[in-house]
Amino acid sequence: MSNTGLVWCFGNDIDTDILAPGRFMSSKLEVLASHCLEALDPLFASNVKPGDILIAGKNFGVGSSREQAAQALKYLGIKAVIAKSFAGIFYRNAINLGLPVLIGNASDVVQSGNRANLKIETGLLELIEEAKIIKCEPMPKFLLKLIEAGGLVPHLEKRFAKEKIIQ
Amino acid sequence: MGQTLAQKIISKACSKDYVTPGEIEVAKIDLAMIHDSGGPRRVKPILDHLGVGVWSSKKIVVVSDHYVPEFDSETKAIQKLTRDWVKSNNIQAFYDQMGICHVVVPENGHLKPGMFVVGGDSHSPTGGAFGAYMFGIGATEMAGVLATGEIWIKVPETIKIDWSGQLNEFVTAKDMMLYTCGRLGMDGGKYQAVEYTGSAISSLSMQERMTVSNMTAELGGQAGLIKPDITTKRYLENVGITNIETEFWESDEDADFLDSFSFNANDLVPQIAAPHSPANSRNITEEEKIAVDVAYIGACTGAKMSDLRMAANILKGKELASGVRLLVAPASKKDQNLAKDEGIMKVFEDAGATILPNSCGICAGYGSERLDADVICVSSTARNFQGRMGALSSGVYLGSPYTVAASAITGCITDPRHFIEGKYE
Ligand code: SF4
Repeated sequence: MSNTGLVWCFGNDIDTDILAPGRFMSSKLEVLASHCLEALDPLFASNVKPGDILIAGKNFGVGSSREQAAQALKYLGIKAVIAKSFAGIFYRNAINLGLPVLIGNASDVVQSGNRANLKIETGLLELIEEAKIIKCEPMPKFLLKLIEAGGLVPHLEKRFAKEKIIQ
Repeated sequence: MGQTLAQKIISKACSKDYVTPGEIEVAKIDLAMIHDSGGPRRVKPILDHLGVGVWSSKKIVVVSDHYVPEFDSETKAIQKLTRDWVKSNNIQAFYDQMGICHVVVPENGHLKPGMFVVGGDSHSPTGGAFGAYMFGIGATEMAGVLATGEIWIKVPETIKIDWSGQLNEFVTAKDMMLYTCGRLGMDGGKYQAVEYTGSAISSLSMQERMTVSNMTAELGGQAGLIKPDITTKRYLENVGITNIETEFWESDEDADFLDSFSFNANDLVPQIAAPHSPANSRNITEEEKIAVDVAYIGACTGAKMSDLRMAANILKGKELASGVRLLVAPASKKDQNLAKDEGIMKVFEDAGATILPNSCGICAGYGSERLDADVICVSSTARNFQGRMGALSSGVYLGSPYTVAASAITGCITDPRHFIEGKYE
């Protein structure tokens, strides 16, 4: 799995209320997603393109268990999030939804608007114009498999399909 | 090699004698708790898509508390969907508008020491106060749990937080946790198990312990455990659970901890966390004189019976500062009834408070009441992220119920110790 796109940089402790604001939580995903990160960058949702990569500091996704935080990013076309560290529930949610999450110090080096290529399996992020490579931690195999399946639901589909055949 | 409390519970859930921190295991679920926001409306489409039902209707608890009371067509539809789903899945443990999940689940006797529990909410570590390994997960993962009764878990290390000494008057579990968040940061728990120990923890009431475990979420821990003891036993007996074994459910003396922190409760003073992070906490003496518009006693963190008692203790016979609104949303119907019997609800009414329904209310900004632009609020809730309780330009200061009540009377952030008998005029 490899992906090329523009990077979007954010700071530390990006919380779930910034990613998926409570006041839009009863609305449809497209409405909620249009307010994703607006407290920090009002133009983010309208300018982000499918294939883009989000890069942040430590403790990304801190806060609520609402998986819409990860879902909104995926809906907007974000292909992976690289952060110095992740809040645990967000990390699990992202994997379950098939959104790759990698731990790495890219935010110190990368700037918003850089073009980059990310190889998910190896965790290598290449800044194309700068000809620079940043190493992120590869994801544990067990979790990479879930990502490759497309998330938990496709993984369960296979499991239940098998169980039905056995019965 | 000894095991931590977390390891013991997870070993049992994996039907093993020993589990090793860092390894990924698959564990069996003893109980799954879901609410109206992340629950049926989100898991039903996935279960339908998979063409499977729930693994065990007896091991699921459903609580409607977020979009409560329903107020528009969207929230009405959510409540209806929740009720219909509960019925069609034959779930007996359904608490419809009875209070906030983290308070309603234990008060109805669903939690016991040694249980392995997931909740569809980030404050699920609250269950750790009962010696249960309880943690929050998102809706897709919950759908997986409801379909299979299992979940993967990376066996956690344990971080020990020890509080020696005893809390002083008007200093609370909330202050302990704001202080801890300020010291360790919102990722200090490293998504590992946190275990709270020491004399100041063991002398806390059950509901105060729940506040400690609850705010493990703000500390970034996966679970927030307190070993069960006589206080746990008494609480459980009160809700109809007897024959509880507590001795086994504690960390062995030779267990390995990732990290240990020691604090002394004797030295702790009331804390206040300034916008927009619970880790932005400091001694309240540094923050006095900030004017507030709204004082909020609410949430699973700050509106249980013990919290209501604290607020009423300060408010008794006093009036609100002019222009300040005091909103009180008791965390459960049960606690509100108890508060009524003790005359506490009357104290709030006499002081001029507005009583809100037993639900999450303004805490997560889901309800009809929200903070307007530029409003400054002092709140007994757990989180003060920007825009969480309303407008992006509003600001929330977090404090104990004592601090919220004291601030409602003076109109600015106030150290509740000024209200120690006779000091405040
Ligand atoms: S009261 Fe607040 S913190 Fe507690 S469950 Fe509800 S929204 Fe979450």
